[in-house]
Amino acid sequence: MRHFWSSVCAIVWKDLKAEFRTKEMLSAMLIFAFLVIVIFSFAFDPGAQSIKQILPGIIWVGFFFSGILGLNRSFLSEQINDCISGLMLAPVDRAAIYFGKVFANLIQTTLVEAVALPVFIVLFDFSYAGSWLWLIVVILASTFGFVAVGTFLAALASNTRSSEVLLPIILFPVIVPVVIGAVELTKALFAGASISSVMIWLQVILVYDIVFTVVPFLLFDYLLEA
Amino acid sequence: MQKFRTVLGAATFLLICAAIYMVFIYAPVPSNVTDMPEVQKILYFHVSAAWIGFLAFFVVFVCSIVYLKNRSRKWDMVAASSAEVGVVYTSIVLLTGPVWGKAAWNVWWTWDPRLTTTLVLWFIYVAYLIIRNSAEEDEKRARFAAVFGIIGFIDVPIVFMAIRWWRTIHPIIFESNSVGLTPKMLTTLFVSLGAFTLLYLYYMLLRLDISKAKLQLAELKERLRSHY
Repeated sequence: MRHFWSSVCAIVWKDLKAEFRTKEMLSAMLIFAFLVIVIFSFAFDPGAQSIKQILPGIIWVGFFFSGILGLNRSFLSEQINDCISGLMLAPVDRAAIYFGKVFANLIQTTLVEAVALPVFIVLFDFSYAGSWLWLIVVILASTFGFVAVGTFLAALASNTRSSEVLLPIILFPVIVPVVIGAVELTKALFAGASISSVMIWLQVILVYDIVFTVVPFLLFDYLLEA
Repeated sequence: MQKFRTVLGAATFLLICAAIYMVFIYAPVPSNVTDMPEVQKILYFHVSAAWIGFLAFFVVFVCSIVYLKNRSRKWDMVAASSAEVGVVYTSIVLLTGPVWGKAAWNVWWTWDPRLTTTLVLWFIYVAYLIIRNSAEEDEKRARFAAVFGIIGFIDVPIVFMAIRWWRTIHPIIFESNSVGLTPKMLTTLFVSLGAFTLLYLYYMLLRLDISKAKLQLAELKERLRSHY
């Protein structure tokens, strides 16, 4: 078990180190998230009162779209120089590769969200009065579900001809519950409601997180067969 | 096998004829539907197609698991055929739904849990077919499709629950009033369900034959190549 988690950490460390050397993906994700805000402010009147109601949706669309960019890269970068074969030859459980990638993606996506969220709030001139702790819990839980299934499907897509195009098409239908839950929770928090009134959505997301950690964990061996 | 297919084809044809007769002549029009009562008849096709669509995706799920366990080409071919037929049936559901909805509810589409889940289901299995198209080698295609077939099917109940709760928060404009089916109507529904099931099986056989023919063609090409 110790060996397993130390290999997971090694992969997370490797991915983050490679990313922070160039910051190529992080900057692209961040710029894309900002662009989503700008595009949405043109699409909807940013001064209108109704914007407060759709702001949670805009925020999550931004998060998911920019997240897809990072997910796409996480296994495609391993295809260069056939690094994936090196990973597969490593004497560790294949699941360690999966969890390593999930946590590396989770850290990167959360970083982007942490920078983008204040910008969203400022640009739409929104003052948040709810609990920050619950907002962080909601964002982390939703992002985890998105990243857990996203990493798995990215591994699948990276092995096909049309990987970048394929990932959004196969990922978005599967994450529908996370999208609904994340938006409903954020909407409630933004409206100043207490978390207990929307607890059911947190439960949906937690169930989703568990199911889509366990199932990919069981199936990951089948994806990475040489 | 050829003979069986012909017999099945003939049986399907007869049962579909019987179903059409029953739907339009035998089954009574419910008394509580006043304007355009004929529109209600689409229910027999709509509901049957929906049930067989779900059945087809369940077959994909089971075959995917069996394929990953024993790696026999046969199961992959069944899963692929069932997914294709399932997408066709689900498309029928999504197309007949608005036709009826416009007449009964006066809207083409409403984000009702069942409608929305069916739409997401359609997207998931279209994604499944796209995965099959974009994997290069046969073995890889089968493996990836099986993995996605399992993921997709497990997702469906969560999607349904999520959408149901989502819709209960928002106002439901149209209560899906369950039209009480009289015994005659119920019999008609079951006959058309039977007809659609036979049609599903017939499509499956045809589709499997295409897969087999493709496999044979690939083998022939390979033999030819090694010959020269």
